[in-house]
Amino acid sequence: MRSTESIVIVARLTLREAFRRRLLWALVGLTVLIIVLTWWGFSRIAEVSPVTGPVEMLGVSQVLVMLAFMFSFVLAMTAVFAGSPAIGPEIENGLLLAVLARPVRRAEVLLGRWLGLAVILVAYALVAGYLEVGAVGLATGYLPTDPAMAPLYLAGEALVLLTLAIVFSTRIASVAGGAIAVVAYGLAWMAGVVGGVGEAFDSNVLRDAGIVARLILPSDVLWRGAAGALSPTEEVLRGGGVASPALYKFSPFSGSAPDPLWLAWCLLWTVGVLAVGIVLLRRREV
Amino acid sequence: MSGTAVGPAAGLTRIPASDEPAIETRELRKEFGRIVALAGLTMTVPRGEVFGFLGPNGAGKTTSVKLLLGLSRPTAGEGRVLGAPLGDVAARRRVGYLPEQFRYQGWMTAREVLGLHCELARLPRADWDPEIRSTLDLVGLAGRADDRTETFSKGMQQRLGLGVAFLGWPELVVLDEPTSALDPVGRQDVRRIIASLRDRGVTVFLNSHLLTEVERVCDRVAIVDRGRVVAELTMAGLLREQGTSIRVTGLDGLAETIAARYGTARVDGQWLNVDGIADANVPALVRELVEQGGAVHAVVPMRRSLEERFMALLGVDGAEPASTDPGATP
Repeated sequence: MRSTESIVIVARLTLREAFRRRLLWALVGLTVLIIVLTWWGFSRIAEVSPVTGPVEMLGVSQVLVMLAFMFSFVLAMTAVFAGSPAIGPEIENGLLLAVLARPVRRAEVLLGRWLGLAVILVAYALVAGYLEVGAVGLATGYLPTDPAMAPLYLAGEALVLLTLAIVFSTRIASVAGGAIAVVAYGLAWMAGVVGGVGEAFDSNVLRDAGIVARLILPSDVLWRGAAGALSPTEEVLRGGGVASPALYKFSPFSGSAPDPLWLAWCLLWTVGVLAVGIVLLRRREV
Repeated sequence: MSGTAVGPAAGLTRIPASDEPAIETRELRKEFGRIVALAGLTMTVPRGEVFGFLGPNGAGKTTSVKLLLGLSRPTAGEGRVLGAPLGDVAARRRVGYLPEQFRYQGWMTAREVLGLHCELARLPRADWDPEIRSTLDLVGLAGRADDRTETFSKGMQQRLGLGVAFLGWPELVVLDEPTSALDPVGRQDVRRIIASLRDRGVTVFLNSHLLTEVERVCDRVAIVDRGRVVAELTMAGLLREQGTSIRVTGLDGLAETIAARYGTARVDGQWLNVDGIADANVPALVRELVEQGGAVHAVVPMRRSLEERFMALLGVDGAEPASTDPGATP
């Protein structure tokens, strides 16, 4: 019996549920609204003060990074609130009993739920992310450092948080699991700020604190990747009067492309945490 | 899809008989921390029978069902279901299950829920539509097939759950309190469906505390108490466990002595209860009592109901003596 078959059945069930419950449509509607508003807002800015020089570009870049931060927050919350009730409540209310009595393994249920939600989150992050960057580019003519990569990093960040929430949902009540995941996300971001300060001021202790936090929950690695990709180029920074572009990279709303080792860690972390989730679910009494 | 499973698409073939039991467990034990939910379940469920699994609340019935279906792992002991060890994933293709706590995706229609289970049970795609249609007819939901299940009453949801359990004509159907939410018509439907399953050679494992239901439909029952099987009896055997109650005066202790030659005798006031006496021997006993000077006021045939047997086995205080057969006239 092929495992992938069961995973796909459960993933498709998850997708159908999202469509049927109008979760996706609500997200799409809100996103379209935000993109239209963004385009309108940036068009107005460009009208008032045409984005021709580095100073204006620096201004636009800051608004864009703030928008991306808000978007990453929305994505993270969506990931957490979609993931935290994915398993536990369905065991408690008996919904999974009938499914688990079929030739389906618990691991397949967990991975199927993860895959279904991951498809939704990634599709949402990419479509909304590219439209947003495109809308800003169209309205102002400004292009950040690496616009193609930013939505990918944001999608990755959402996957990390989805993984955490779904693994919590195998054992912890969904409200508690969701709250813990949100707090963990906030702490990871804070630790990123602390690590950035450590880098900027060459403090080993602070830098190490940031590294440890990223090892525990690597969501900030990916946020910094997205923020770096949306940051202005060095030319714009210098032209806009930023004295030290290198220091600028350590601000919480900036960053740079993550080291490939960190990206590998994000992948390894996701696989490892899912494996822990499978063990937890297999040991759970239903 | 297993070669032995049959469905409407495959024609109403009977499941081939097999000497191998449908369920076999030996000293199956389940502990939750310090609580022993199941002390040591040993039982055998023959193929093609309707097997009643009875016991008071907390006896370990639902725990046993979950162990049999691989939803829970035993702390100790072993068991086989349809020839495969407990928890075997492939064997679950041939098993249908209605959980005690049944619930189905509220955002789906009844037809979609059955479709999902066709997929999960790995039925061939071509069989889905006929299978779903016949199942909806079987459980009486054809008229509501395209309504979301969240609009269903509890009873209709249980009918859907029964449909899910019967889907794809499994070799073994495990029903955990299948009539808990049903009205009398629904209960009768379930009895009819169970009888038709038995006719096709399907083994039905019925977990219930509704003794009259079990009495009407089962071939064999196991009674569990505190996590152990305390008795296993066939309904045919239970029917044979009959007796006679005779109201006799004027003999004192002699009546019991005489009756002891015919069966297990017990005096209760003016009533002489004789268990295990064959119907054919009753006139002889009455004659002897009269010959010895006794005045016989009434002779009442007795039949032990499953409930009386159940109470007696569980040693419930105040268990009423065997009731009189309602059809008999004193």
